Amino acid sequence: MKWETVIGLEVHTQLATQSKIFSGSSTAFGAAPNTQASAVDIALPGVLPVLNKGAVECAIRFGLAVGATLNRVNVFDRKNYFYPDLPKGYQISQLAKPIVEHGALKIVADGEEKTIRITRAHMEEDAGKSLHEDFHGMTGIDLNRAGTPLLEIVSEPDMRSSAEAVAYARALHTLVTWIGICDGNMQEGSFRVDANVSVRPVGQQEFGTRREIKNLNSFRFLQQAIDYEARWQIETLEDGGRIQQATVLFDPDTGETRMMRSKEEAHDYRYFPDPDLLPVRLDESWIEAVRAALPELPAAMQARFQREYGVSAYDAAVLTGSRALAAYFEAVAQKSGQPKLAANWVMGELTAALNRSELDIAQSPVSATQLGALISRIQDGTLSGKLARQVFEGLWEGAGEVDAIIAARGLTQMSDAGELETIVDAVLAANQKSVEEFRAGKEKAFNALVGQVMKASRGRANPAQVNDLLKTKLQ
Amino acid sequence: MFESSLSALAARLAAKDVSSRELAQAWLDRIAALNPTINAFITVDPGRTLAEAAAADAMRGAGRAGALTGVPIAHKDIFCTDGWLTTCGSKMLSNFVAPYDAHVIQRFKAAGLPSLGKTNMDEFAMGSSNETSFYGAVKNPWDPTRVPGGSSGGAAASVAARLSPAATGTDTGGSIRQPAAFTGITGLKPTYGLVSRYGMIAFASSLDQAGPMAKSAEDCALLLNVMTGFDPNDSTSLDREKEDYARDLDRPLAGLRIGLPKEFFAEGLDGEVAAAVDTAVNELKKLGAIPVEISLANSRLAIPVYYVLGPAEASSNLSRFDGVRYGHRAPEYTDLNDMYAKTRAQGFGAEVKRRILIGTYVLSHGYYDAYYLQAQKIRRLIADDFSEAFKVCDVILGPTTPGTAFRIGENSDDPVRMYLNDLYTIPANLAGLPGMSLPCGFDSGGLPIGLQLVGNHFCEARMLNVAHQYQRATDWHSRMPTNL
Amino acid sequence: MSLSTDDVKRIASLARIEIDDTQAQATQAQLNTIFGLIAAMQAVNTAGIEPMAHAQEVFQRLREDAVTEADHRDAFQAIAPAVENGLYLVPRVIE
Repeated sequence: MKWETVIGLEVHTQLATQSKIFSGSSTAFGAAPNTQASAVDIALPGVLPVLNKGAVECAIRFGLAVGATLNRVNVFDRKNYFYPDLPKGYQISQLAKPIVEHGALKIVADGEEKTIRITRAHMEEDAGKSLHEDFHGMTGIDLNRAGTPLLEIVSEPDMRSSAEAVAYARALHTLVTWIGICDGNMQEGSFRVDANVSVRPVGQQEFGTRREIKNLNSFRFLQQAIDYEARWQIETLEDGGRIQQATVLFDPDTGETRMMRSKEEAHDYRYFPDPDLLPVRLDESWIEAVRAALPELPAAMQARFQREYGVSAYDAAVLTGSRALAAYFEAVAQKSGQPKLAANWVMGELTAALNRSELDIAQSPVSATQLGALISRIQDGTLSGKLARQVFEGLWEGAGEVDAIIAARGLTQMSDAGELETIVDAVLAANQKSVEEFRAGKEKAFNALVGQVMKASRGRANPAQVNDLLKTKLQ
Repeated sequence: MFESSLSALAARLAAKDVSSRELAQAWLDRIAALNPTINAFITVDPGRTLAEAAAADAMRGAGRAGALTGVPIAHKDIFCTDGWLTTCGSKMLSNFVAPYDAHVIQRFKAAGLPSLGKTNMDEFAMGSSNETSFYGAVKNPWDPTRVPGGSSGGAAASVAARLSPAATGTDTGGSIRQPAAFTGITGLKPTYGLVSRYGMIAFASSLDQAGPMAKSAEDCALLLNVMTGFDPNDSTSLDREKEDYARDLDRPLAGLRIGLPKEFFAEGLDGEVAAAVDTAVNELKKLGAIPVEISLANSRLAIPVYYVLGPAEASSNLSRFDGVRYGHRAPEYTDLNDMYAKTRAQGFGAEVKRRILIGTYVLSHGYYDAYYLQAQKIRRLIADDFSEAFKVCDVILGPTTPGTAFRIGENSDDPVRMYLNDLYTIPANLAGLPGMSLPCGFDSGGLPIGLQLVGNHFCEARMLNVAHQYQRATDWHSRMPTNL
Repeated sequence: MSLSTDDVKRIASLARIEIDDTQAQATQAQLNTIFGLIAAMQAVNTAGIEPMAHAQEVFQRLREDAVTEADHRDAFQAIAPAVENGLYLVPRVIE
């Protein structure tokens, strides 16, 4: 039987506010335990929540960015359950009237463009952290994270492979960092993914029973977990078993998913509107002000890059992987006047160098102005591609500006025809064997000669000129 | 001196006739002598009280005295008070020394009113008799075999027995007005949102409201001037201009339309209470008021609605008492869930558990619409009845309670009979309206009878005006128990 | 409608309140009396009535996004049942 995997994602993004969603505590990561846990955060008797305007604004920004409906009146509910990292015994969230509904995000997976529908996005508070290292058989609770604002973004079950799920998660990650509502730091838990996975025979209309994989904090784990889970479900069904709805955890060490023990008990969250918080109203003027301040979004920018710079759809997608990368590319393209070369250099040499050094585009030792200048020198014939790479290395090492490096290292392309002819003659004289082979019809021998000339010129010869000259001499 | 009004005490302080320390000491001595009989206070801390009184004297010395600076008052043990044991009447918080001040406490501190201590109350404000307190029942000063009402029973008894010049209380379904009625004092529950709930331990957040309890409407007005005001830390606190609640006290009542809801004078009302209320209506007529019959048809559903909404909110509000960060933790347990279950079984009393269970049930899967949502809809019908009524009257008048103070233990085993005590007081909470109770006579057993006034939103000044004019014409409010 | 003792045990478990069989039976009787009182609501036609969740028809006020809280850990943990290294301690949590 042929099977189809069905995936929906719930993504928890920590909003990039200074203070918590319902208190004035700092949201900064990494403080000593419970030093950023105020009376409200630890739920002392009598304390009350007051909503952070910054968190609402982040949600509005997101809603606008995914073309969603912004509910002009939205409501906070209490989700009741007991857990030591949940100080009030309930989480303040939005169930019936979330702030954002009915959005969409375009993704490209396996070369195909696809639209993933976003069911809803709602504001809620994060829980604290349970630390399981041994305190005499006890667990330690740190409430610094409790009350950090979250936007939970829920997709429709529109994905059909782990590749699509990863593409969606990446696109969402790009978007939330792009519009500045989340720092996107997955190691620190700023962007956490839950995947609802089910399988069904190809052609079947109804969905299969789903299992939810909790808390995936890297795209690789997301892919591995979905692949494992889908395979496991298919095998279970093919062996005559049934899938039970469950919450599971992914173990990166074994690459397997397993049931969460704490979730075995049936939940009844007893949602009801939080009487301590009033309905939230979004004024049109506020929404319009947020809309006006939104940056150009990735999709619009991709279209513009294709139109204005003539880059391919694929390149446009890569170049808009982050706002910083896109800005860098545009600066290089404008400085050099050579957008296609700029795209090749940014995606090729620069990205490779950044990856080798594990640096972010913002930390690049080579500025966009410098790379633009370098490309200009390729364009005006001063540098060959190979020489340009040497200049790039110089820039990366901080050896100075483009022209200074060219001058200092004598890297200009050889333009004196007499000098080149001398070298060619010397090479031909020293490589009689290759000359004979070429004349006997071996094309490869010609390339070997070109290589020798380039080597002898220390890369400064113009390859096209070398070709022409060699051909003339060998006729 | 123990009979003095707040303004009289303030005048003596202003005249340097007496110091705040001397006043505080005098009341502390009276508390030491009488509290063992009444059990109105859970915590008395003379050292702290006298230090606060000394600070008030210093304020006055520095020329920074306000209207009531130096007058000591008592606080219901539901308000978190920095450095004071704050129990909310529960074993759960028997070791909870609050690390911060409630907004109401901050206001009284800033105004220079020293605290005489923390008054007894029904556990987590759930009760109408003060018998659910972990710290023992409070005795009614008029008859120590009877309850003072609840949940602000300690506050009411302290004022009635003159153990404090005045006190703070809170009212979720009648917890200021019903004990005020049972003890012959004056108490006011303001419009929801006028007094910040920050630091007031929550029972039912959408109904809870703090207010003053004192010997007279005039004293209540002065206390309300201190208690009310916008608080950015409470999302439900209303951002309105400050008003002087004493401004209309002397206004004549000529032309005042008093609405008499026919449902409040129907079956279930004690005859002597009905007669006393009728007499009060006649008294007000003499002062120029015009009675108008009105109907609050849906108020008969107030108790069912209240016993869905109150417990629902409470079940969630009380989830934070889990033995993790403060308060009681069971000494022995097998695992996390056992720790929770034992901590909460030991820390909460029977009535609190009962309401948590009711609330948990009405919010649980499959019951939400039939109970919680239906109750919220009827809540609107009840509120709409009031809106209609206020088109034809300025203030609504009726009995505060169906009867007078009952015997300790009389209703303990019958929660439903206990709940019926709040029949006339709950509707105002559901509608968010101000309500007050003032004494209007005694029954044949010598027990006080309360008269209830309910006003439209923000009509506190007018209600206090009506009550003050009535109290100028009568002396029920200045009677005090003679057997102490 | 009325609650069974199993209902009582289920909600007690949801509410994390330990209850034994004897208590569950006594509680069952009391809760059923109370639900008898509440049942008066069910006959009311509330079609088209908007539920009233708050006492006032006002909207949420928003706080500016600024850090206003200082560290009070020592004061808060002075009243905690069990702490170590700044952490609240609870019986082992199993995920």
